This record gives sequence, C-alpha cells and structure tokens, in this order.
Amino acid sequence: MGTRLGKQTVRLDSKPVIQSWAAIVGAKEGHGPLGRFFDEIIEDEYFGEESFEKAESKFLRETLAKILMKGKVSSGDIQYIFAGDLLNQCIAANFGVRESEIPFFGLYGACSTMAESLSLGSLMVEGGFAERCVCITSSHFCSAEKQFRFPLEFGNQRPPTAQWTVTGAGGVMVGKAGDGPRVVHVTTGKIVDMGITDANDMGSAMAPAACDTITAHFRETNLPPNHYDLIVTGDLGIHGKNLCLQLLEENGITIKEFYDDCGVMIYDPQKQKTDCGGSGCACSATVLAGYILEKMSKRELNRVLFVATGALHSPISVQQGESIPAIAHAVGIEMV
Amino acid sequence: MEQKRTKEEYKKWSQKLAPRTPKARNLIMAFFIGGIICTIGQLILKALLNTGLSKDDASSLTTLFMIFIGAFLTGLNVYDDIGRIGGAGAAIPVTGFANSIVSPAMEYKREGYVMGVGARMFLIAGPVLVYGIISSIIVGIIYYLIT
Repeated sequence: MGTRLGKQTVRLDSKPVIQSWAAIVGAKEGHGPLGRFFDEIIEDEYFGEESFEKAESKFLRETLAKILMKGKVSSGDIQYIFAGDLLNQCIAANFGVRESEIPFFGLYGACSTMAESLSLGSLMVEGGFAERCVCITSSHFCSAEKQFRFPLEFGNQRPPTAQWTVTGAGGVMVGKAGDGPRVVHVTTGKIVDMGITDANDMGSAMAPAACDTITAHFRETNLPPNHYDLIVTGDLGIHGKNLCLQLLEENGITIKEFYDDCGVMIYDPQKQKTDCGGSGCACSATVLAGYILEKMSKRELNRVLFVATGALHSPISVQQGESIPAIAHAVGIEMV
Repeated sequence: MEQKRTKEEYKKWSQKLAPRTPKARNLIMAFFIGGIICTIGQLILKALLNTGLSKDDASSLTTLFMIFIGAFLTGLNVYDDIGRIGGAGAAIPVTGFANSIVSPAMEYKREGYVMGVGARMFLIAGPVLVYGIISSIIVGIIYYLIT
C-alpha cells in the first residue's frame, strides 16, 4: 500500500509499472538531437487543423491513441486519465480527451504536469483504485506564445535567457503488472518563490524549486545521489541547470556527472536558435516518453530521477508585478 | 526552502550568472537595419519628389508606402525575422508600427473579425497611440501658449 518516508516522499511498494509510452513532436523538436527517439514528427504546425489550440489538442489525442495502441489496450481498459497543459482552462487536455470516455482529472502544474500526472497515476495504481492510468500532457509553441507573449509575427527580440516552448505531447500508461520501468518513489514538490519577476527568465525562477525537491528526495529516502544513473530536470534550460547544480552543491549534493535537463537535451541551442533551451509541458513529457523510457527499456539506463519543473504564473500576475512561484515534482523510476 | 540566500541575494546571484545580452552586436545591427529602412524611405521620397509632388504630399505618401511595406513583410512572415535581428532598428520606424498592428490581427483571426481581429488589433500599438496622442495634445497646448 505504499510507505510514507517523510513530509514529501512516499515509496510505492507495489512498484507500479510504466507499461507503454509515446511522444509525438513538431518539426523543430524532430530535427533536434533527440529527433530519432520520437514516435512521430509532425511537420505541419497546424497538424491539419484550423487553429494552434486545436492542433495542440490533436497532438494530445494522437499521443493517447498511440499509448493505448502500444500497450495493446482500448480506452475502456483505462480507469483514469490525468492530463493537463498550459492553455487557459487546460483546453488542450479537455478537448484532447473529450471523445475518449475515460474518467478524467484535469491538472495544472504548468511545465511540471508530466511528473504531477505520473505521480498521481502511480499513487492511484498503488492504492488499488485503478488497474491502469494514463498520464499525459502537451504544449505548442504557437499557442503558448499567443497566450504568454507576443503574436508570432511581431518583430521583437528574444532575451538570451528566453526558452522555446516545445511543440508536441508525451505520455505514459501506468499499470499493476508487466515488465517495463517501475515507479518506486514519488516526491511531491512544494511551491518555492525566490522573488524572480522576469517572465523571460524561467530558469532562475524554477531552479530553487528543483533544488528543494531533489534535496528533499535524498533526505527522505536516505538514498545516495549516485543511486541514479540519471537525474533529469524538466525545463530549467542552460541557465537554470547551471543554477540548480550550484544550489545542490551548496546543499552537499553533487550530481554533476549524471545530471541533465530535458530543456537542454531537446534542442541544439546554437543551430536551432533556442537561446536557453526548451520549455513547456511537452518538454519533459516528450523527453521522458521518447528518450528516457526507451533507454530504460533497453537497460542503457536503470535508475532515473525524473524532476519536472513548472512556473506557476500567469500573464496577469506578471503584469501586476507578482513574482513567479515555481514547483518541481520528482518521480523515481527504476528497472527492477 | 533550503536556501542560503535571501530573495534579493538570489536575484543578484542568478542575474550575475545569466547569459548576457550581446549589446554591441544588437546596437550595430539596430543601426544597420534601422539605417536600411530609413534609406529605403529616403529613396521613395526622392523618387516621389522627382514626379513633381509637393514636399508635404511626397512625405505623406512615403509614410504610406513604408506602412504598406511593413504590413506586407509581416504578412509574408518576414518582418519578425527582421525584428529579431534589428531590434529597435526595426521597431521604431513606421514599418515596425505597421508590424505591431498587423501581427496581432493575423494571430487573432481565428477568434473572428469582431472580437478577434477588431478587438485585438491594437494590443501592442494601443499604448503607443494613447500616450502618443496625449503627449501631442500637451505639446500642442504648450506651443499655443508660448506663441
């Protein structure tokens, strides 16, 4: 039934299994360094739809279909779906799962949604309330720019700390039995706000949250950091990754050799002009479901701490001068 | 939060480590892009003056041409690239003003012509217009009083 290890961490004794996973991405991600790991690359940013919002929903819907197909199940075999995205009222997820008829929990954890949904789905399976859950999230560069920044064709200059929202969707199916990678620990983050107000510098806003959750994870599990082959944060970007490493170092946690960030991995910042790297819900979701789980199933990686990070602001809160609250959730995934 | 810094200290520290804006490059590019746009305007003006138009008519017509070029290049998905390279050099001339109106109009077309295009068109240019008009009124009153 799971064991509480501390204020933020639980150990899942039944070790729910990640039975299938899928990631569909846009053209820029597909042409990036991880391009060959994704299930599908969609060159058309509209995905054959008439708006970017509809396109994002389609990314999510198609990814869900792919997860079910790869897991050889139908939507009737899924007890819960946990999904979320960046758009107002989470419309990409709402419309994306509309026709699936799966009991649905809509989540908003900004770019931390993948770890948030995976945490909740795994806890649901561990608790015996579900045989299988799907945990899924999406983001789209064009719909995110429209909501959070300027119109696409507006000729403004990107500051060097800016990040590029990943277009795509990624998700997993967690269930009771099987051989895939297993979810062993769930460390739920708390909101950390270090007073950063610049919405073009998410790395600085989120790095303390990532550091806080990773520190809590190792304190409460008593595991040494080198227990993991890879500790991967969601979308801190080049700048945030550097800050996070130094903050952890100050807390006595040295992970430099086996630490990376999905936002740094997904693009080639020089060639693709993405400044500090990738961001968005789909950043950590597609790297997890495309690259990390694939590597784990081939046993090239055996233990991974997946720490998705999110900035919990809105354009209105930024305009009103509020600082940017940030959160990070960690999920320990292991091959047993 | 297990943090040895205060919020102020953290902000300073993270800014110190942040990648720098390439100021010299940006200034030079703004100078060239802005210069090129203005040179094109000047060429159009000269050409119009050669047709025998008065100076006032020719300069109004030049502005119209430049607005058209800005709007047209926005529609062709080119002006955002010029803006990314040129910065203020592309934003300050009237072509940049055209871009700031046409780009939201394109973006919000899907939300309809009234609440989308119509309502959002001045999303970026709105403040410029409001404060531009207010300051021109104030300057006008001062000019009236001192003459």
